[in-house]
Amino acid sequence: MENSLNKGLKEYLVENFDTYYNNLNGLSETFFGEAKKEYYEELKSSDFPTLKTEKWKYTNLNEIVKENFIPATLNKTIEIFDDLSNNFLLKSTESIKLVFVNGIFEEKFSDLSKVPDGIIIKNLSSALKENKKLVEVHLNNILKDKSLFNTINNVYANDGLFVYIPKNKVLEIPVQILHVTGNKESKVMSVPRNLIFADSNSEISIVVNYKGISENSYLMNALTEVFLDSDARVNVYTVQDENESSFHIENTVVYQLKNSNYSNYTFTFGGKITRNDLSSSLQGENIETHFYGLSLGKGEEHIDNHTFVEHAKPNCMSNELYKSILDDKSHGVFAGKILVDKDAQKTNAYQSNKTVLLSKEAKIDTKPQLEIFADDVKCSHGATVGQLDSNALFYIKTRGIGEDTAKSMLIRAFAADVIENVKIDELRDLLNHKIFEHLQKVEI
Amino acid sequence: MLQIKNLHANIEGKEILRGINLTVNAGEVHAIMGPNGSGKSTLANVLAGSENYEVTEGEVILEGKNLLDLSIEDRAREGVFLAFQYPVEIPGISNATFLKTAIDEIRKYNNLTELTPKQFLDLMKEKASILGMDEKLLSRAVNQGFSGGEKKRNEILQLLMLNPKLALLDETDSGLDIDALKVVSSGVNVFKNPNNAVILVTHYQRLLSYIIPDFVHVLYKGRIIKSGTKELALELEEKGYDWIKDDIDLVEEAKA
Repeated sequence: MENSLNKGLKEYLVENFDTYYNNLNGLSETFFGEAKKEYYEELKSSDFPTLKTEKWKYTNLNEIVKENFIPATLNKTIEIFDDLSNNFLLKSTESIKLVFVNGIFEEKFSDLSKVPDGIIIKNLSSALKENKKLVEVHLNNILKDKSLFNTINNVYANDGLFVYIPKNKVLEIPVQILHVTGNKESKVMSVPRNLIFADSNSEISIVVNYKGISENSYLMNALTEVFLDSDARVNVYTVQDENESSFHIENTVVYQLKNSNYSNYTFTFGGKITRNDLSSSLQGENIETHFYGLSLGKGEEHIDNHTFVEHAKPNCMSNELYKSILDDKSHGVFAGKILVDKDAQKTNAYQSNKTVLLSKEAKIDTKPQLEIFADDVKCSHGATVGQLDSNALFYIKTRGIGEDTAKSMLIRAFAADVIENVKIDELRDLLNHKIFEHLQKVEI
Repeated sequence: MLQIKNLHANIEGKEILRGINLTVNAGEVHAIMGPNGSGKSTLANVLAGSENYEVTEGEVILEGKNLLDLSIEDRAREGVFLAFQYPVEIPGISNATFLKTAIDEIRKYNNLTELTPKQFLDLMKEKASILGMDEKLLSRAVNQGFSGGEKKRNEILQLLMLNPKLALLDETDSGLDIDALKVVSSGVNVFKNPNNAVILVTHYQRLLSYIIPDFVHVLYKGRIIKSGTKELALELEEKGYDWIKDDIDLVEEAKA
């Protein structure tokens, strides 16, 4: 199915649409299946962003755009893996578990036995058939951005995570999602599509781990919509461990109603190019929104975080804290936009981006963007870039602690105010451990 | 135990230490006094290996080894400890983890086995109680959010835990109220024994009422210009530094 002639990813995806569409089977009768042709028209008429596109000016997509990544939904060349049920991040914390291999649900490694009555947690392709109404109301409801990556997801996605938490329900245990991606024979594209709907006064925490399996290059193109009704509380933790030849493009779109509280955590440990778009639209009063990010870059990795917070109503608070530790020739990007509409009086909006550069060739581009149309608001943004504090390094070494350990302690210290906000104990310990592990691999 | 011979050190090309000579024997407490900017803290930091300074001349021999040839951490592993004037905050690393790591690295260097967690905790509780430290401080991040007094006390806890041969105390008394000063001093007195030595760097005499020095040295313009016993400290307290400084300044002027 792979074209010998390399016309580029978009052409490849356009050419293969009919084959894909004719093999949708039961899905073609669902509303999402029926809409595919419409998305296909969008696909034909749009182009990949270039360095001239403002939102993409720091991230060169050439390596992705010219490659024929085969959507896993087009050609299900799933390798047989050993038991994946032990590969979840959290081992000792009781949880609900879903495995996706190249974006497609693998029931045999998943464990949905602990989903309480009334709460729906399943894969999207099942939900499309079994929970038609819920999916139809919310899928593509909050997503407005018609970027080509979103369109590709709309065309080729037919599986992912579906969550519905009814009113007043609190899910006490976290949901763990394991995305295993890669294929030895071909360059694969994973297109998971996730939909999370938290009804009034409900609560849920989700831990997503992206893991590269083969050494072969792949493209992860994930799209998630999260809807929080009034008083809902949602925490989403994303731990990105893609392999070093692979690309991770992720877009998370959040919509919040009054009194809701959303926290998002993005931890990036690996991937050749990682681009995370995260946005929330605050459409009620007394909303809280927290975005945390921690990136560890090495080699020639490129890690780009773009955030957007829209304050539409008064008395809301948003807080963003993004930290990067960049070594070798790695390149970080942070661009955070805050929009305060004219009705959004008494807004508190904070944004902070801090970077430690461990090598002379590592670099960070940081771009805050505040657009404020209300007059009674507190908004602040700040960015710092520096090296490890030499006085602190001296202090630690005078206690007999060697250079490498001293540096990793300082890096952990730097990351502490992000890690400390993680509310799951095992995850917090594991992240601290991963930082140490990561630092042992890079020469610091 | 320690011989400092003709030690010269620069910071950014400016000479701060201009030929220090000092011998410290095991069991002794030496106080280094002097006006601001005389080079007292520089001496303590140079001995510990601070890379802010460049040593241009001289030797520092600790039990037969030239410290100047050793890295900062190896000096510590050989038994040098510097209590900082401004201890550093390290968020995310607990006091206990920090000390366990330090002790284990020092023990490994000296071909000793690591302490078991129980041995370590027992030791830490014992030393903390000497300083009247709340056990909660031990699980908190190193110095983070500690008051000035708590930070200094924590330095002395580290001193007791690491049990070095040579303790350098850099202005440990600064910013302490009298109660904290007493606690910190009693910690140092517990540390003191016939096999180790203490060098106190201080601007004021008051610390020396609690930690009695065997010798007092006056540092001025990068040199030791006067040495004596504890009475010298009292004399300095009474008369200030001017009477010694004047002599030196006159000599320097004459040379010029």
